[in-house]
Amino acid sequence: MAGRRDIRRYPGFAAMTVLCLTILYVPLFVVMAYSFNASTSLTNWGGLSLRWYADLFTGVEAPRFRAAAWNSVSIATLAAAASTIIATAAAVAMVRGGRFRGKGATFALINLPLMVPEIVTAVATLIFFSVIGLATGYLTILIAHITFCIPFAYLPIAARLEGIEESCEQAARDLYATRAQAFRLILLPLLMPGIISGFLLAFIISLDDFIITNFVKGAGMETLPTAIFGSVKQGIKPNILALSTVMLTVSILFVTLSYFVNRLGQRSRA
Amino acid sequence: MAGPAASGSAGTGYRSITGPLLLPTWVMIGIFLLLPVLLMTVYSFLTREFRGGVDWTFSLAAYDRFLLNRGLFGDEPPVLEWTYITIFWRSIWQAGLATLICLIVGFPTAWFIATRPAHSRALWLFMITVPYWVNLLIRTVSLRFLLRDQGPLNDALIGAGLLDSPLQIINTNLAVQLGLFYSYLPFMVLPVYAAVERYNFALSEAAADLYASRWTTLREIVLPVVRPGIIAGCILVFVPSLGAFLAPDLLGGAKTYMIGSLIEEQFKGSQGNWPFGAAVSVILMTLVLIVLMIYARAQGRAGAH
Repeated sequence: MAGRRDIRRYPGFAAMTVLCLTILYVPLFVVMAYSFNASTSLTNWGGLSLRWYADLFTGVEAPRFRAAAWNSVSIATLAAAASTIIATAAAVAMVRGGRFRGKGATFALINLPLMVPEIVTAVATLIFFSVIGLATGYLTILIAHITFCIPFAYLPIAARLEGIEESCEQAARDLYATRAQAFRLILLPLLMPGIISGFLLAFIISLDDFIITNFVKGAGMETLPTAIFGSVKQGIKPNILALSTVMLTVSILFVTLSYFVNRLGQRSRA
Repeated sequence: MAGPAASGSAGTGYRSITGPLLLPTWVMIGIFLLLPVLLMTVYSFLTREFRGGVDWTFSLAAYDRFLLNRGLFGDEPPVLEWTYITIFWRSIWQAGLATLICLIVGFPTAWFIATRPAHSRALWLFMITVPYWVNLLIRTVSLRFLLRDQGPLNDALIGAGLLDSPLQIINTNLAVQLGLFYSYLPFMVLPVYAAVERYNFALSEAAADLYASRWTTLREIVLPVVRPGIIAGCILVFVPSLGAFLAPDLLGGAKTYMIGSLIEEQFKGSQGNWPFGAAVSVILMTLVLIVLMIYARAQGRAGAH
């Protein structure tokens, strides 16, 4: 092969990849760095300090952020748990249920939250709650979050389930395990990596949501994104940088966790 | 129970209970998304009430307002109303440009990753997707912080002597495109990567043997073969960009007003107009459905070959 050029290499493509990663990460690193700035001014560097992190707990906006954080985390936990259970049942039916009437329509329904633009979902959900007379607040946010989290929980669970052969369950059934026993003792443990990734993705998606929450939250109710948005509208302050750093660290930890759980799952399958 | 797993094909016993298993999904998405979307469509044909609500009488006022200008008192002969069409046109243009930028940066990146040794590809992909999982609002705020007139980017450029006065990036079209690009880039890289990974490099080999240059090979061989991945990537970037709210709202100004902000405004406070907001949403959704249908047909045709 000597003298032949490498057909896989294109000049500039590596540089483009570096550029791509730079654009993706630089804003995040800059915010992280400036969150440790002691100065009240956003522009000047006043030395290293944790004062803006302390400010999150003791500052003027602390009670608002604390309430918003509690709402965000509790809604994300409940929405992720509910959507994961719903998606697991759906995945078992879709992957193990053979052919049945309405399968195509059900598949389209599961993917509907991904097809409809977020702002349209937000408008439609607000109108719906207003027509049925349900006051907007915690419950309406939770319902909306469970709904749009279903496809995100479904995808990794169904993908995992497709890779699990039926033979183990069939063997269990042949040995007179009931359907429930075969599910609990055989399928569920095998499916667990998919379920965990599904839960984590749904959790992040719920925590991330701004537009839909902003429409259905009602007055006085805040989640972290809506609280941050409200603050940023009046100009970016250093405490927002600290809060952003906390949130992006949590997100990155979650995704890293999900990544390794998935890899572990793949290794155990191989 | 008569003989569990009697036949091999129905061995796991879930066939008889697909209904109950799917019921929660049907209820949640059916009642809390499908029904609301239908209701929204009905709402767009209702009459606006003064306090921000609606009056349940049929009316085409919302669509009329979108398309026609009948003067201040509504008694002049109708002419075409450009305000909203312009906002739609601008949104399509911005989303299209953001898609193009994503493709120009995303294709080489996807190619580069797909040609790495198999064991390191997962890590590269992971690095591309991590920012996507960081809160979109926080990413947009970060970009706004970086690009401000007195922000770190301008500071660095002035400090390096490249600029005399701050470059105004924020509140321009460029900032909005950068924001959209930043929001949805992974959506471009992932499907293109999937297509390049399946690409048979023997084709490039053959082209090289026949004295095709690198770039001729890319244009004539590679691009047609990986086209489904590129089209999928473009759709995945274009569709959410079209209805984006955060990037235009936080990075753009009055001149970069897009559909998302127009819709949002109709539901805020007493100035709002719910039927009009619903009508704009219906038009946006129709536009997205048309794009998705063209895509589905293109994929179907590609699959037939």
